Amino acid sequence: MKYLKIPFYLALMAFIVAAPFLFPAFKTQLATLWLMIIVALTWDMTGGQMGYNSLGNIFFYGTGMYVCAIVGIGIAFNVGEYTNASGGGIYTFTDAQYFGGVLLGCLAAGLFCSLMAVLVGFITFGLRGPYFAIGTLGVAIAAGELVSNWEWVGAGQGIAMPVYPYDLETGKVFFYFLFAGTGVVLFVFLSWLYRTRFGAAINAIRDDEEKAEAMGIHTLRYKLTAWALSAFFVGVAGAISAYQLIHFEPLETAYQTINLGIFMVVCVLLGGKGTLWGPVVGAIVFHVFKEVTWNYLLGWQWVALGALIVVTVVFFQDGIMGWLRVKKPEWFGIRVETSSNDATGAAR
Amino acid sequence: MDKIIGNFGLLLEFPVVNIKILLDGLMIGALFALAAYGLALVWGVMNVKNLAQGDFVIAGGYVAWWLHGFGMPALFGVPAAFVVLWVVGYVCYRLIITRVIERDLFTSLLATFGIAIMMAQILNLLFGSDTQSIKLPYETLYFFDGFVDVPIAKLIGVCMAASLATAVVLFMKFSRMGQAIRATSQDARAARVLGIDTEKVYSFTFSLNAAICGAAGAIIVMVWLIQPFYGITYAVRSFVVVTAAGLGNLPGVIAAGLGIGVLEQYGSHIFGIGYQQAIAVLLLLLVLVVRMLQQRRSRQALK
Repeated sequence: MKYLKIPFYLALMAFIVAAPFLFPAFKTQLATLWLMIIVALTWDMTGGQMGYNSLGNIFFYGTGMYVCAIVGIGIAFNVGEYTNASGGGIYTFTDAQYFGGVLLGCLAAGLFCSLMAVLVGFITFGLRGPYFAIGTLGVAIAAGELVSNWEWVGAGQGIAMPVYPYDLETGKVFFYFLFAGTGVVLFVFLSWLYRTRFGAAINAIRDDEEKAEAMGIHTLRYKLTAWALSAFFVGVAGAISAYQLIHFEPLETAYQTINLGIFMVVCVLLGGKGTLWGPVVGAIVFHVFKEVTWNYLLGWQWVALGALIVVTVVFFQDGIMGWLRVKKPEWFGIRVETSSNDATGAAR
Repeated sequence: MDKIIGNFGLLLEFPVVNIKILLDGLMIGALFALAAYGLALVWGVMNVKNLAQGDFVIAGGYVAWWLHGFGMPALFGVPAAFVVLWVVGYVCYRLIITRVIERDLFTSLLATFGIAIMMAQILNLLFGSDTQSIKLPYETLYFFDGFVDVPIAKLIGVCMAASLATAVVLFMKFSRMGQAIRATSQDARAARVLGIDTEKVYSFTFSLNAAICGAAGAIIVMVWLIQPFYGITYAVRSFVVVTAAGLGNLPGVIAAGLGIGVLEQYGSHIFGIGYQQAIAVLLLLLVLVVRMLQQRRSRQALK
């Protein structure tokens, strides 16, 4: 296994880079898949590794979208006038303004979301278990409702973002690589993070918060840091989505509590909570399943989604990786007592 | 901002407006209290936090509305919704809830969230996404030179809610099943030892909860509006009420229900109707923060 690792990761990287050129018809689909992987991985940081199941991480996605839009438009024009004209076509962005907006927007979105995570976290991390889940869900719903009443950012109509200045097909590749780059950075970052003391500390919080505190771990500080890190990446993903989708509105796209907000939880549960690869596998399985079946269900797709959530939660909560861990423990470096040992043990 | 100050000034200038808002809030709050009582029941007895609560309410409303479409009298919708939602609750329990009772709380929360999404979408497919209501053929009473209007339909709705609540409370107090439910909520294991079939108690409790919600929804459709996706705010309101009042505290649930009704009416008067959903959710956050600060004083967390 060990010697296969480096060639495996190299091949994977090559595939990631080649994917939009190998499957040119699916560029946007692949970009969306990366979005799912990013949000699933970030949800798992608090949900799987730290034991704080948030239902409101979509708050950072929506906030990232809006911050990015405000920054990206604000560096060139007056945001209030821009949204008043609903994009209108009278506002044209130069290349420097567009790409500068993308870069600054993504950074600002990530940083602002981290800040929000710390501020909101001071309140919500006093809550445990189901109260945390409901509290964060409340934050997300409230934010969506408030933004949809805020005239300056276009209220319920949302914002029309500038369009990619060159050929649309290259635009799709551009957004694919933005998402893929963020996803790869996030994955590498997490695979390092979970091995450090920080990873051990948040796992300790998951297993028993009181004991972790008694062992001298400043739990609130760790919880805030973990949530701020995950919020950073969700915010960046939201910012890229804002430019990719061109037009977005508050309730259905930005603060989409029951779409993406619950998809990320399902992805993680499907793939396996608290594992590094689980969210990735879960996101791929979920997205492929969704895209293949969605069109044939004629309006019943949301019912199917609810059923999928219920079935996953009730019958298959350990997920694919959890199931594999039981079936093939040696893949995870877990040593199992051999049967001969068992036999001697029984004989004794 | 000027509009908000203007609306606020209106309240001081015409004190009668306060009476109207207060009355509206109390009438709506009575229905919130009913749904919240069902949630407190399920929460206390089987430790399941039901996020599908609001969708049971909306489903009950649609049952009444649908029957009314066939020429049934509107008031008949309340018992009909009670029975239909009883069956829905029983099916939900048998298929899903029974498997999540023993599991951790997030499991039940997410499973009921799944049920909530399913129910909202099924209602949307069956009845469309328009807002619906039943117009009752009763008159409206006017007080204070027409400043305060009280539709008789709303009064009937409140009376029905009150009588339903009384019936449930009496049932819990005096019937054999009610006693078994209360015993199970105190200590499920001891109840089992003493020969109570807790599985039956659980299924009964969950069905009763769904039925109460359904009846509340059938009343709501007569006095207010329903729409397939309004469910989640009713669930949120129920959580606000139960979190504020605590479990097994009936006067507290009623007071909190009426209180949140009044606060919401004031909020939507001052900030505008567009903020109504936001206010319901912000009240939840407010209550959570207050409860958390109370707990923190005794160095505990809200679990």
